[in-house]
Amino acid sequence: MNKKQKKMLIRILVSAALLGILTILGKMEILPQNGIVRFVLYCIPYAIIGYDVLMKAFKRIKNHQMFDECFLMAVATVGAIALALYSGSGDYVEAIAVMLFYQVGEWFQSYAVGKSRKNISELMDIRPDYANIERDGNIEKVDPDEVEIGSIIVVQPGEKVPLDGVVVEGSSTLNTAALTGESVPRTVHTGDEIISGCINETGVLKIQTTKEFWDSTVSKILDLVENASSRKSKSEDFITKFARVYTPAVVYAAIALAVLPPLCRLVLGMAPAWGMWVYRALTFLVASCPCALVISIPLSFFAGIGGASKEGVLVKGSNYLEALSQTKTIVFDKTGTLTQGVFEVQGVYHNTLPEAELIEYAALAESASSHPISKSIQRAYGKQIDRSRVTDIQEIGGNGVVATVDGKHIAVGNDKLMKSEGVSYKDSEEIGTIIHIAIDNVYVGHILISDVIKASSKEAIERLRKIGIKDTVMLTGDATKVANQVAKELGISKVYSELLPSDKVEKVEELLANASEKQKVAFVGDGINDAPVLRRADIGIAMGAMGSDAAIEAADIVLMDDDPKKIAKAIKISRKCLRIVYQNIFFAIGIKVGCLLLVAVGLAGMWLAVFADVGVMILAVLNAIRTLFVKNL
Amino acid sequence: MKKSYKIEVDCAACADKMEVAAKKTPGVKDAVVNFMALKMNVEFEEGQNPKAVMEEVRANCKKIEDEFEIYL
Repeated sequence: MNKKQKKMLIRILVSAALLGILTILGKMEILPQNGIVRFVLYCIPYAIIGYDVLMKAFKRIKNHQMFDECFLMAVATVGAIALALYSGSGDYVEAIAVMLFYQVGEWFQSYAVGKSRKNISELMDIRPDYANIERDGNIEKVDPDEVEIGSIIVVQPGEKVPLDGVVVEGSSTLNTAALTGESVPRTVHTGDEIISGCINETGVLKIQTTKEFWDSTVSKILDLVENASSRKSKSEDFITKFARVYTPAVVYAAIALAVLPPLCRLVLGMAPAWGMWVYRALTFLVASCPCALVISIPLSFFAGIGGASKEGVLVKGSNYLEALSQTKTIVFDKTGTLTQGVFEVQGVYHNTLPEAELIEYAALAESASSHPISKSIQRAYGKQIDRSRVTDIQEIGGNGVVATVDGKHIAVGNDKLMKSEGVSYKDSEEIGTIIHIAIDNVYVGHILISDVIKASSKEAIERLRKIGIKDTVMLTGDATKVANQVAKELGISKVYSELLPSDKVEKVEELLANASEKQKVAFVGDGINDAPVLRRADIGIAMGAMGSDAAIEAADIVLMDDDPKKIAKAIKISRKCLRIVYQNIFFAIGIKVGCLLLVAVGLAGMWLAVFADVGVMILAVLNAIRTLFVKNL
Repeated sequence: MKKSYKIEVDCAACADKMEVAAKKTPGVKDAVVNFMALKMNVEFEEGQNPKAVMEEVRANCKKIEDEFEIYL
């Protein structure tokens, strides 16, 4: 509880106690049944509980901004008191009780919001407070903001890694649970890259930083989560617009309720019964407060985003959480998403040159490329590459590389490249990625490279099917044979293979065109060379954000580790969140409309009205907080 | 230019009003109030001094709600 909340609680208790005493005194007939003394005595608890509401309402009138809940409460309670005074009934309890309940509701709301705010920020407690920097053999604690790139920092066991960097000394296990939701610790040795936000568990590490603090993973993630709820979902927009129209509407309805029926009665020659209709109008105002909606919807989204980040799923905005819950089709990129993206040279076939020589030419030609396939060839070569032997490197996207090595024209790539080079090549019986090599337009053989399917991919697809997502699509630049085999093994329903990067965008656009407004298409990729597709899909999901800035930038949802099973989990979280949001919308509006009708026809009094207001709000907030619990989904 | 400010606000409806008030302030291109994170993200128009503009924003917001606060 903060200071404000404590003060409010005291006001509530004091006012409630005074009201109780006055009521008992009234029952014992010690108090006068009406008149000025009674009025003044009852004004004390009313003033204690309601002075701020009255002041605010007064300010609203001065600023011509009168349509809000303070104004509604002030008009309703002051009106009820005036009516009691005027009619001589001396029944002030009702007005004070209404104000009291209203304040209890406000207090509860503020408490609940504060509490969940704290919960969520605790979930995301990855911000490092300091960095240990080594200067002249001494260790100094400094603000991570002040550490320059290339500095050596020391991380003791139990401390958070404050900045991204490379381990230069020591080895240890890291707890990445706060970042990825993954509970198995990760082992690091000298030379390994390390990201900020992990907790060092066993050994002392010396790290050379590679980024400044604002650019480090931990800052980016915190920034992303903290700003996530600024991107508002359609439901939130709806509520905001609803509240803007709703409050003036109910005030006018209340005025109409107070004035029109008595006038009609006058015209019909009956007694106007002003008192009764004004009272009904005031009750109508009390019942109409929209706070249940206004507070519970953003709270649900906030809690949903918080819960998801606890599981290692970063959602960049409520709108994406909403879209995710409507996902009908999920498109996967193959390499790095469903497979490990770690290619290995399996062998060399149909070669007319010695194996080592063939790989040497391929590695030299591919030396400038960072494509996983090129990397695997470079690894298979295993020696330092002498770049001076290579000139005129030309990367042909999706096909391969053409270069001049030792004065010879080398083409390294798939069958499309061979065709365009006019080289007759031999097909392979093996399943995997085939890299053909031609020297001076003479075919010299091919290298077989294959990728390994991730252990969790099959289960990931199965889980998606279980939660009703039947449309799974795989896009790949890889050969049809390989693609079909992977798809069959994983149980993916549709495959498009041999695609260039730009074809992937087209395919996704095709899927988008075929889907209706409510059937969202999600694309899952690893952020490497599929950023345009991530942007184009309704929802871009990037895998393995650890270290890949491109993924964090381009995607709407980021899975912190490489586990595709998290996709099904993220969808479940989003569905739960949206279910709760709709429950709250229907529940709150339903009860409101029901109560307003009952009040208008005179079947319900102010007591029911205030319960409808505060009760619904409390239930809606409690329901919203449920979104935070996602562990067992 | 974009900047983020810590704010204090009591209810979601008020946060919405603050957003409207901030957007109307001259020099502000766009403003988003995040009630749950208690933050206001403001995008300034070219060549504006954020500090001076934010003083205006604060004044405009205070007019509507006393208890509102921006930590500049």
